[in-house]
Amino acid sequence: MTQITNLVKSLADRHGRYNESLLPILQGVVDENKFLSEEAMVEIARELDISAARVYGTASFYSFLNTEPMGKHVIRVCKTITCMMHGKNHIIQEIEKTLKIKLGETTHDGKFTLVETNCLGQCHKGPAMLINDTPYTNLTPEKTREILQSFIENEALSSTTNLN
Amino acid sequence: MSKKNLKRLDLIFKNEYDGEHILMKTMEKPNQEIVNELIISGLKGRGGAGYPTGLKWKLASEAAGDIKYVICNADEGEPGTFKDREILTQVPHKVLIGMAVCAKVIGAHEGFIYLRGEYKFLMDSLLEVIDDFHVLMNKVGLDFRVKIFKGSGAYICGEESALFESMEGHRGEPRNKPPYPTQAGYRNMPTVINNVETLAHTYSIFKYGSEKFRDLGVQDSRGSKVFSVSGDTPIPGIYELEFGMSLQKFVEDFGDGDSKAVQVGGASGFCVPRKRFDKTMIGYQGKLTGVSLPTGGSMMIFNSSRSMYNVLHNYLEFFVEESCGQCTPCRVGTQQLLLGIEAVKKGQRPSDYLDKLLSLAENMRVTSKCGLGQSVANSFSSIVENFKEEMIY
Repeated sequence: MTQITNLVKSLADRHGRYNESLLPILQGVVDENKFLSEEAMVEIARELDISAARVYGTASFYSFLNTEPMGKHVIRVCKTITCMMHGKNHIIQEIEKTLKIKLGETTHDGKFTLVETNCLGQCHKGPAMLINDTPYTNLTPEKTREILQSFIENEALSSTTNLN
Repeated sequence: MSKKNLKRLDLIFKNEYDGEHILMKTMEKPNQEIVNELIISGLKGRGGAGYPTGLKWKLASEAAGDIKYVICNADEGEPGTFKDREILTQVPHKVLIGMAVCAKVIGAHEGFIYLRGEYKFLMDSLLEVIDDFHVLMNKVGLDFRVKIFKGSGAYICGEESALFESMEGHRGEPRNKPPYPTQAGYRNMPTVINNVETLAHTYSIFKYGSEKFRDLGVQDSRGSKVFSVSGDTPIPGIYELEFGMSLQKFVEDFGDGDSKAVQVGGASGFCVPRKRFDKTMIGYQGKLTGVSLPTGGSMMIFNSSRSMYNVLHNYLEFFVEESCGQCTPCRVGTQQLLLGIEAVKKGQRPSDYLDKLLSLAENMRVTSKCGLGQSVANSFSSIVENFKEEMIY
């Protein structure tokens, strides 16, 4: 069995094979693989005995259920009103400069993806962003650069450990 | 400098917990009495829609069926709202007690917290609190279990019937109403779905009594309310205030001295210009209160450096993305409003084109299927009408 077949099966074992299990299973695949491949969606459909179109229809509705490949760390910068007022564009520029990608792109090494998102519920501490599931608030360009640097250093560290 | 006109309250976040005692007390009370306490308190839904909570519980308790559900709506997505996150961070156990009493009243054995995907970082701490809660359930002998259901980034899932669809593994598309959730909600079973803050207030009501809650606020808007204050303010944050206050006093307390407008109720709420601050009350519309604006708690303040065109543009982009696309007035209307104000701004359309857009927005209010499409006109009309020159030049 392929990795995705195993993953879907174990998620279905955990969450059940009901209608109510679909979203948790989709979320589980995204947690693991960062996105839902066609193969994954077909596999989920088979496992839950529903149509693949239904799986895709549900998946494509939700902004956190990516159907395109994403980097290992997904950076979501809030673009809604108060974060916009407090300078989210400067934050995005800083991230673009540091990671050498544009909004919507993934770094060549597949480590980071930068996207915008709607209100994160951190309006009193804007500008705000999520990296994976963790919120970072009261951002300034300097603070943002430091946060990214710590991620980059951790990545470098883990790749040397892997080589050893 | 900011004044202190408004009474700050500390009911919700007060560091006290009396869950076991409250549950023991309510276990002995007839359901009718509990419902009456809530009705007398005057508590209305704090998500923004303002449906009387006691009545909701009563309807669900009377609905036929053996399987019923209690759902806590923590899909807080309205721009400028962040109070539910704070309540779930600081006093989640109070919310759970509210759910347990509701479960006892309506006869539910299963409950859910629908937690928005953006708040996934709260999961671990919530699960711990839920574990303790289940121990308490065993102790008081209430057969009720709570699970967390995670959302995945969709504003519309805060709409209750879209939330049920989402839990059932579908796209978050609102259902036709009626039937209402108290008749046919999650899995078409009678369901009480309450906002996080509403449930936390029920805790306070059971703890301190309905009179104490009722004594706060004004007619039709009783009790306290947690406000999320953001924008151009020196003191952004979360404040529990007495309900039914004047916007003028609010701005004196929270503004930066140069407030030009306040958006009450988020992107789907109303924009009030400075000249109407003193004539506007915050609360549910009632016979005595005059012009009252409801809010789920979102209060965004704009000072005179802000372009209201940019504000409206940001709201409309938000709605274009978050419209579920199911019904035409909302799907096409939101896009056309956005394109329309851009065209007027660029001079590609004459300024009286705004009148056409205003009538389109009013059309959406009447013909859209759910609250999202219906309420786009709130912010659109109130911004365009009050700041017309900023839309054109």
